[in-house]
Amino acid sequence: MSVLFLVESVNGQVKKNSFEAASYASKVAAQLGTEAIGVALGTVENSALAELGEYGATKVLHVTDASLDAFDSGVYASVVAQVAQSAGANVVVISQTSLGKAVAPRLSVKLQAGVVPGAVALPDTSNGFVVKKGAFSGKAFAYVKVDTDVKIVGLVPNAFGAIKGSGAATVENATANIPASGVKVLEVSRATGDTLPLPEAELVVSAGRGMKGPENWGIIEDLANVLGATTACSRPVADVGWRPHHEHVGQTGVAIRPDLYIAIGISGAIQHLAGVNQSKVIVVINKDPEAPFFKAADYGIVGDAFEVVPKLTEALKKFKAAQ
Amino acid sequence: MKFLVCISLVPDTTTKISFVDNDTKFNNDKVQWILNPYDEWYALVRALELKEANGGTVTVINVGPAANDQVIRKALAIGADDAIRVDGADDLDSFGVATNIAAVAKDGGYDIILLGKETISYNGSNIGGMLAELLDQPFVSLATKLEVSGNTATASREIEGGKETLEVNTPFVLSAAKGMAEQRIPNMKGIMSAKSKPLKVVPAVSAPAYTSVVKYELPPAKAAVKLVSPDNVEELVTLLHNEAKAI
Repeated sequence: MSVLFLVESVNGQVKKNSFEAASYASKVAAQLGTEAIGVALGTVENSALAELGEYGATKVLHVTDASLDAFDSGVYASVVAQVAQSAGANVVVISQTSLGKAVAPRLSVKLQAGVVPGAVALPDTSNGFVVKKGAFSGKAFAYVKVDTDVKIVGLVPNAFGAIKGSGAATVENATANIPASGVKVLEVSRATGDTLPLPEAELVVSAGRGMKGPENWGIIEDLANVLGATTACSRPVADVGWRPHHEHVGQTGVAIRPDLYIAIGISGAIQHLAGVNQSKVIVVINKDPEAPFFKAADYGIVGDAFEVVPKLTEALKKFKAAQ
Repeated sequence: MKFLVCISLVPDTTTKISFVDNDTKFNNDKVQWILNPYDEWYALVRALELKEANGGTVTVINVGPAANDQVIRKALAIGADDAIRVDGADDLDSFGVATNIAAVAKDGGYDIILLGKETISYNGSNIGGMLAELLDQPFVSLATKLEVSGNTATASREIEGGKETLEVNTPFVLSAAKGMAEQRIPNMKGIMSAKSKPLKVVPAVSAPAYTSVVKYELPPAKAAVKLVSPDNVEELVTLLHNEAKAI
């Protein structure tokens, strides 16, 4: 018996969401009276894997084959299934990333294991195995009962948080039969920069049509820079090409749940709110006091973004300098 | 080239969500059902574009009750050639839906099976991967671009902070995300012709339920917004630091 969690890596380093998965898995393991074991695929530094122990993992099983550096959902599901079986896993935790979303459903079929995609809390194991997940694109939650022997939890990034303690995980090499890849990866490109990609970002500065044109985004970027935040936008802004599509947050874009979401010049249509309303703190800056977004906000400023935003950036600069 | 596009029905995006029967069931009352935007705008339209460029057929498939037929016909109005409805219960879990689509697809000879990256109702993103596994096919998830040449396709997919480009041979399953295509509004000719296009109903196969929803819950109501004067943004910084502990 064990709780297995999938470790994701980029350039040999463990991704942030995997530390969170380790924390979550170790809490589930504590509930079930067992241990949390990581499974890592491809080239990852052992020192980075051992660090998962600080987040509650007792052990990391590492399938080192370099062919696993290129991602294929079929290959990954096969390898994780083999490791899950040999580790006697009865729960598998997989972050809901672009990789995890492709692996979890395949693994579900392979292990005949029910999967809860989009989990936001620890399972209730008092009567079966029930997991709270987001539904209706952020407008509600569903409690999903998993009725199979093995359970898969798809954990939403930044929903649970990485809880750092002490300890080191032992790292063991593991072997698995690696099937032929169904796809050939030609190129992987990642934007270089210091800010986290949107789904993982803790701080997000977002703007909408109220900015009047793409040339006015400088003040948005300045504000994001001083906070170390990731920039986002509303759907109309992405649709007219003022901002790239990957910045679009909302029901039909990226759904996010950062610690802080600052919305500037966005009216707050229900479809936009659906994608952001699980943010922990929402700040709305809009010159229209009737903008529906204010009803969903924790803090608001009724005012002209072109005046308020630069002032806020300055105030934050002073605050940061005083810290 | 034969395309199969999986279409799901979801409440209209403006629907105010509520629940009945002690919060165990979605409240269907006065709900306008639409095609799941990811299925319609991206998967279906891209399949139609590829068919128009290279020839072939586009079949849409839905698992659900007869009441779905009216919305399924919208996919025919947009340009799909024919439709299959698996006459299933509307509360099947993801595995039940995937099993039923796989049962139809298995002997259908489809080159590419497309669907949206997730529904806007359950937000599961389960069906594509499950289908691929059940059919033992490659799965391209969160695709923003798809080009086909012969039996080889090139696709781009979203990854955190970037994109991945890959090559895959048919047959395969692909889930589509924003950027794949642009929404099409059906024209009068499409709407008229949709009425006479074939909509085949096939019986469901049984599948074990792996999961079930035991309860729904609405997010807690927000407290009233705290307004800060535009002339005193320093107060907002203080509140965010001391009260909200967000910075």
